[in-house]
Amino acid sequence: MIRVGLPPHLRTLARVEGEVELDVAGQVTAGAVLDVLEAAYPVLRGTIRDHVTRRRRPFVRFYACGKDLSHQSADAPLPEAVASGAETFLVVGAIAGG
Amino acid sequence: MSGVRVLVGTRKGAFVLTSDGRRSRWKVEGPFFGGWEIYHVKGSPADPDRLYASQSSGWFGQQVQRSDDGGRTWKPVDNTFVYDGVPGTHQWYDGTPHPWEFKRVWHFEPSRTDPDTVYAGVEDAALFRTTDGGTSWHELSGLRGHGTGPHWQPGAGGMCLHTILLDPVKAERMFVAISAAGAFRSDDAGTTWRPINRGLRSPYIPDPEAEVGHCVHRIAQHPARPDTLFMQKHWDVMRSDDAGAQWREVSGNLPSDFGFPIEVHAHEPETVYVFPIKSDSEHYVPEAKLRVYRSRTGGDEWEALTKGLPQQDCYVNILRDASAVDALDPCGVYFGTTGGQVYGSSDAGDSWTAIVRDLPAVLSVEAQTLP
Repeated sequence: MIRVGLPPHLRTLARVEGEVELDVAGQVTAGAVLDVLEAAYPVLRGTIRDHVTRRRRPFVRFYACGKDLSHQSADAPLPEAVASGAETFLVVGAIAGG
Repeated sequence: MSGVRVLVGTRKGAFVLTSDGRRSRWKVEGPFFGGWEIYHVKGSPADPDRLYASQSSGWFGQQVQRSDDGGRTWKPVDNTFVYDGVPGTHQWYDGTPHPWEFKRVWHFEPSRTDPDTVYAGVEDAALFRTTDGGTSWHELSGLRGHGTGPHWQPGAGGMCLHTILLDPVKAERMFVAISAAGAFRSDDAGTTWRPINRGLRSPYIPDPEAEVGHCVHRIAQHPARPDTLFMQKHWDVMRSDDAGAQWREVSGNLPSDFGFPIEVHAHEPETVYVFPIKSDSEHYVPEAKLRVYRSRTGGDEWEALTKGLPQQDCYVNILRDASAVDALDPCGVYFGTTGGQVYGSSDAGDSWTAIVRDLPAVLSVEAQTLP
């Protein structure tokens, strides 16, 4: 079971509280996690990555295990601690004004 | 007794203001979608309980929310706005080509007859339509593709399609306006388009009388006289009596002809309202006085409406979609400010009261007249 932490606005949009738990088949990558997340919560499509290019939105970052994984390929395996459910895959909104 | 519902979009959520026909006591509900920018909320003329809201965020992009019960409950609908074909380029601020990139929906214009059909004006400027209540959106790409698109450029607020007028008489006719490209008209339900900017003069572009490039801020139309259009341009208040084929300036005695919204009285086609702003570099009201200006002569001669509005130390702006009129008699007039006040007049502008004072900065105001 993969644990995903969403920022408050996306939790409100998806109508979830706390972490989201997902079953991800096959290799656990950021792309695979987001595919399953968007299938379970269609309202999140377009909020984390672009509808067409599938690129991460500029003000969104991915953290796990104390590391910034935002710039690794969406097809790269996530850390084993994320794949095992020991650590949370965090979707984070950038700190910004307003 | 009939009533009024005022739909307010702000920088940090949507609010719904309701009153009976007297328009003296108001109920304020919200925020809906707290923390998100709500560029526009608008109801269907065919079903007043059907509302559409544009919810956006610099972090998380665009959402479209739909209500089927007058704003009590909402559900997200499709948020996919994909340009038709290869989007191509428009002008960037520095004059270099820049690819079309969707950023947000500025304006929804529901069909006059079908609650499931809605037009969406977006940034970067394009026109989309749904015919299934927001389940899917498709671009009317004849607008971007008619030929002048590569010469359009963004205003400071972005390259937005902010005005959509659906002609009340000629069902196939519609008008849009884009900052900073100008006004455009279609006579075949949005399939093909032509620029309608003759008579506009804009010293901030290389050819002040160019076919496109004008920063049109807003266009308004009275349903009983649809070939007459009123325009608030970046500078200049303009009028056309031939559906945009030719424009003439009607700024007259205004203290400033810079501003954003423009409205036409619900029952008097020659009564027009503007909200002058000091200048393009000082986006607040002239002389620190909040004044609405009304012309009863279709422009040229304007009177200041001040009763109930602050006449000192006022430095707010009124954005382009932040005014509306209702259809009651006397006509109600509403506007919202960047200071978070929503003002209303139940006597066609003779006097004003603050319906609510301390909202986030107001982006849009719409008024629904309820049965």
